[in-house]
Amino acid sequence: MKSDLIVLGGGPAGGNAALAAAAAGLSVVLFDEQPAAGGQVWRAPWAGKADPHDSPERREGDALRDALASSPVDLRFGRRVWSVGRAFRVDALGPDGNEWVEAPRLIAATGAHERVVPFPGWTLPGVIGLAAATVLLKSHAARPAGPVVVAGCGPLLAAVAAGILKAGGDVAAVVDLASARDWLVAVPHLASRPSLLAQGLGWTLKIAGRGVPVLFRHAVRRVEGAERAERVVIAPVDETGAFTGGSERSFEIGSLVVGHGLVPGGEVPRLFRAKTRFDRLRGGHVPELDADGRTSIAGLYAAGDGVGIKGAAAAVLNGTLAGLAAARDAGRLSESEWRKRAEPARTAAAGLAPFSDAIAGLMALRAGQVASVPAETVVCRCEDVTRGEIEAAAVAGATEVNQLKHFTRCGMGPCQGRMCGETAAEILARSLGVEREAVGQWTARPPLRPVPLADLLGRFDYSDIPIPKPAPL
Amino acid sequence: MIERDGAFHRRAAPGARMVELTVDGRAVTAPEGEPLATALAAAGILLLRRSPRAGAPRGAFCFMGVCQECAIFVDGALRQACMTPVAAGMQVELRGVP
Repeated sequence: MKSDLIVLGGGPAGGNAALAAAAAGLSVVLFDEQPAAGGQVWRAPWAGKADPHDSPERREGDALRDALASSPVDLRFGRRVWSVGRAFRVDALGPDGNEWVEAPRLIAATGAHERVVPFPGWTLPGVIGLAAATVLLKSHAARPAGPVVVAGCGPLLAAVAAGILKAGGDVAAVVDLASARDWLVAVPHLASRPSLLAQGLGWTLKIAGRGVPVLFRHAVRRVEGAERAERVVIAPVDETGAFTGGSERSFEIGSLVVGHGLVPGGEVPRLFRAKTRFDRLRGGHVPELDADGRTSIAGLYAAGDGVGIKGAAAAVLNGTLAGLAAARDAGRLSESEWRKRAEPARTAAAGLAPFSDAIAGLMALRAGQVASVPAETVVCRCEDVTRGEIEAAAVAGATEVNQLKHFTRCGMGPCQGRMCGETAAEILARSLGVEREAVGQWTARPPLRPVPLADLLGRFDYSDIPIPKPAPL
Repeated sequence: MIERDGAFHRRAAPGARMVELTVDGRAVTAPEGEPLATALAAAGILLLRRSPRAGAPRGAFCFMGVCQECAIFVDGALRQACMTPVAAGMQVELRGVP
């Protein structure tokens, strides 16, 4: 099948890109892995969830889902995109097996995933991501086993702790890498989005009102337990996230929820070898884009947190701009019509910059966090590769992350390096005494996500296999 | 002594159809359509598989289809439990790829 534009990802960026392009007259096919639009931030509750709670995210997600449903966009949810080829051919695994679409233009809006900097015990069952907890709360009407310690950094800490309390759970402590002062410095910038500031204060008051201890400038030292997380030990850290040697505290837990910010996915621009640069504030390697989301590859656009962590509000605007750019490049929008539609989004995006910088700053990786990972701690969860093994690979001659992968299998497992990549790269760079940029990034290759071969092949009998006629003798 | 929950907590919708699935021979009840990883956690099953190299206990971690820690066998095929809706009669094996 052919169309004018393919959009990968149905979150705030991809959803709005598809709407803007379709409104300008392009035929658009939108792929997403989840059963409904919204991405992770505006994730839809699954159908059987009890009393879906009202929240700003829920309302914005519902508005996007309604707008897409009443638009001419060809919506392909529940599809795992595993290959993106030249001329743009997208292959995806759906309920009826493999399907493909071709289009001269493609917008990648594939979002971000969570960064968790390793500590002893982080692989134990009962330790889950901070973003994972938001999925449980928002979409599954579920909360982790209590008592829960919520640890890490950024605005999700308070949101998750308040969400667990609201759902009737028990939060033993909130453990924040940042100091109270870091938050106060950030607040003037956060104040540029008053509605979100109010939401943040609401969360904070909810935690304070329940007497939940909030331990600023602390981090998880280790999790103890045999077959699941039973106890978390925390200790004070300095402004870089390194442990100060101050006294430890321990909490008996049912679950630990932990997250250290987000890493932009960016697989599709990497797959096409689009120009990228390392941006610590934005979470990792990001493609170089013009003001409308054009990458260095003709016809390939990118938007949303997958091209640098900026948050949902910025993703809406950047997605809209990418959709408009695709329509203009396809000759469907005149210069004046494009300007009329794009100018408001450009202006609004510029106004958001202080807010998104403040949020990104609270979530950015701190140098001392990686320095604190013990040598025997697993960094690559899939292949059980420890920090010590990464350092040994550096001594043995690995000079960039793809060599590290060949030497140790770090990043070679089914998550394809998404969970360990940024930590492994930082450890390698530190071992070699070079800047993070110098050790590069994983090479992206299809399949973009693991797909079972049996699902791709579908069901067939021996008689279905075409047998060519025998060659004449 | 602090009481530790054995399981995650979930509130099913009043009209949700509860179905039975089998997990390593044990019967588990969950709302139809709920993501399997959540259904298992709500039944107190947090340990889903062991890591191939170190044999270490692992459970669902990202709940959004990225980390692959919850990839276990469902009706004979490898599936990410967080992306797989519960269906009546589902046969779940708590093992990953060796």
